[in-house]
Amino acid sequence: MYFGLSEEQKSLEENISKFLSDNAPLDTIKAVADGEEAKADDIHKGIIELGLSGLMVPESYGGLGLNMLFATVVSSALGAGTAPVPYAGAYVMAPIAITLAGDEDQKNEWLPKIAGGEKVIGVGLSEFVGAREDAGIEFDKGKVSGRSLFLIDGKNADAYLLANKSGELFLIDSSSKGITVTELVTVDKTRTSIELTLDKVDATLLPGSSDLSVIEKVLDAGRLMLSADTVGASQVMLDKAVAYSLERKQFGRLIGSFQAVKHMCAEMAAELEPCHSMIWHAAHSQDSSTEDARLMACQTKAHVSEVGKQISKTSTEVHGGMGFTDELGLHYWFKRIGLNRQLLGSPELIREEAGKLQGFDQ
Amino acid sequence: MDLEYGPEYDDFRSEVINFIKENEGVKLSGPMRDESRVNWQQKLIDNGYFARSVPKEYGGYGGHMDIIKLRIIAEEFAKSPIPKAMGGQGIQMLVPTLLSLGTEEQKQAYIRPTLRGEMIWCQGYSEPNSGSDLASLQTKGELDGDEWVINGQKIWTSTAQLAQMCFILVRTEPDAPKHQGISYLLMPMDSEGIDRRPIKQMTGDSDFNELFLTDVRIPAENIVGSRGEGWQVANATLGHERGSLADPNVTQNRLNSLIDLMKTETIDGQRVIDKPIFRDRLLSIQGRLMAQQSNALRILSSQINDGQDATLAKFIVKLQGTELRHELEGLAIDAMGELGTLYEDSPHLRDHGAWQQTYMYYLGLIIGGGTNQIQKNIISERALGMPKEPKVQGA
Repeated sequence: MYFGLSEEQKSLEENISKFLSDNAPLDTIKAVADGEEAKADDIHKGIIELGLSGLMVPESYGGLGLNMLFATVVSSALGAGTAPVPYAGAYVMAPIAITLAGDEDQKNEWLPKIAGGEKVIGVGLSEFVGAREDAGIEFDKGKVSGRSLFLIDGKNADAYLLANKSGELFLIDSSSKGITVTELVTVDKTRTSIELTLDKVDATLLPGSSDLSVIEKVLDAGRLMLSADTVGASQVMLDKAVAYSLERKQFGRLIGSFQAVKHMCAEMAAELEPCHSMIWHAAHSQDSSTEDARLMACQTKAHVSEVGKQISKTSTEVHGGMGFTDELGLHYWFKRIGLNRQLLGSPELIREEAGKLQGFDQ
Repeated sequence: MDLEYGPEYDDFRSEVINFIKENEGVKLSGPMRDESRVNWQQKLIDNGYFARSVPKEYGGYGGHMDIIKLRIIAEEFAKSPIPKAMGGQGIQMLVPTLLSLGTEEQKQAYIRPTLRGEMIWCQGYSEPNSGSDLASLQTKGELDGDEWVINGQKIWTSTAQLAQMCFILVRTEPDAPKHQGISYLLMPMDSEGIDRRPIKQMTGDSDFNELFLTDVRIPAENIVGSRGEGWQVANATLGHERGSLADPNVTQNRLNSLIDLMKTETIDGQRVIDKPIFRDRLLSIQGRLMAQQSNALRILSSQINDGQDATLAKFIVKLQGTELRHELEGLAIDAMGELGTLYEDSPHLRDHGAWQQTYMYYLGLIIGGGTNQIQKNIISERALGMPKEPKVQGA
């Protein structure tokens, strides 16, 4: 029995952290947030070189064929670095969907290119989880029409993976006729979001996705990636709060010697520490397809989102007025955690789903 | 990541399951120290299901320390209604202390009867003016010839009304700094000069006592460690207490009962679990509990694998576990509404009033065993490296 990360997983995490601290320091993040997209593209190239795009692609299609626990490690490190790169949609949800439900042609067409970092697929499952603005897509005779909001990794993508309300998954080429792309500007400038308006756009069904378990697995994976991203970002916010409290003096003392501040930090640590174990545990349950794997994915996303919210607030408070400034940049982590919380279902929505999974409605 | 215990443990698990089957009918009803209880306790020791790694010569089973076997025993016993091994402060705190710091004579004299449940211990730590600041305790111990003479007052002493012995902290070196002036003594409770007064709690029970100690004389050799080392000796056992106060696997059983309750209780004919806000609160608690269970697995893993650090994971167990349990019990009361306030033997009472009783009991545990505010000091100072509050002069 061993509960925790392997040496290989730990060194993967270290490599990503090192890459990001060398290539994506706060100044770079600020430049990306201010619109310098070329800098984000460089970081994106860097993570492809690290092999992250091919992590979830099976070896037979040119990837590394690793599992959810590895992906969780990656996502947590990217959250810690507020990395302005595609990941959860393009490199985890999309390859899992195509691997599970694509036919041989679809797999051959997409998987090697995802692994090689040549193609990015944006993922739009928001309407399956809970449609806003009356959005939603319909599939009829090889064409999709309708709207989809808040695609993950959708900006400048080569293709889109979309779901209709019954959970079937479709791929459309982003250069197809009838697509209107509208950029959605969220608080989190380290990641992008788009809305698609589709008018009879050519689409191919992933044939295996008529089995509802496919979209469920894709959703579980996406939710775990967002949870891990939040855990990574929250750990940085806690570490920064503690570090600041050991520098800043008031009333002739380090503020970290006041119990009011110590208890804020202790509460953050007490809530966050189990979340590391929780995301590993939930990922391992996906990897070994345990009976409670779905429940764990749901509860992990809901719980980690709540903890992240508390930490993003408390850490900002520990920093006092500085925490509120753009200069310090703490808000990039705050906003990242804020976006993760709402994507693929806010805690209330997901807990409702977790209740149904356990038959509480029967 | 590997959550399997491994095939070598399958046989052991079947062995435990067989034992439990063979003893399914056993029920213990007599008072503490009753012969039937002592015999059951001895049977558990003989089979290695209790005191497993305590050496044979001191009355234990004499097995190797094997955390996974302990876990399997706990898991299988938890599933069955057969009596569990006795707990208590003698078994959980004193025995580990004597094993690591006691003299050979002390080990011989006390461990066996304590394990068998023949000798009950109480803990003489807190004083009316020394709670969170335990090291400021003032009960005096003076050596007079070959006897310690003890004078002072202790409080929150659990099971003092039943105990034959007390492990007690007293100030023996009044001129030393406060942490270095304390000794850890073993005091027979039938000594002259001990006055016990029960403290009635908010639950209506009286689990605690005050002890008034006037010229209590005990043999000089009844000291564990050296003079002035009592603080270190006591700290070795406080760790044992904290870990045992809030096991998430026990909370899981309680959560299952809460789910059943919420499916049974109705408001205007609608099940409580069908009301979205109640259901959301239930699921929030479940999410928090799942996080704590994962944390517990990490701690377990750190105990059987070298080089895995779980320091922070351990420090938070008492704080998180007691708060969650208190909230879980509170949700059950809310789910019952007015019915949730019923107590003692009222008509319409649910589950013998256990939800109210446990709701209050866990508030006690939030305070006891080092208050949760003290836990936050410990987490911030020892795990996060934050400084202590500056000392007040003279304290």
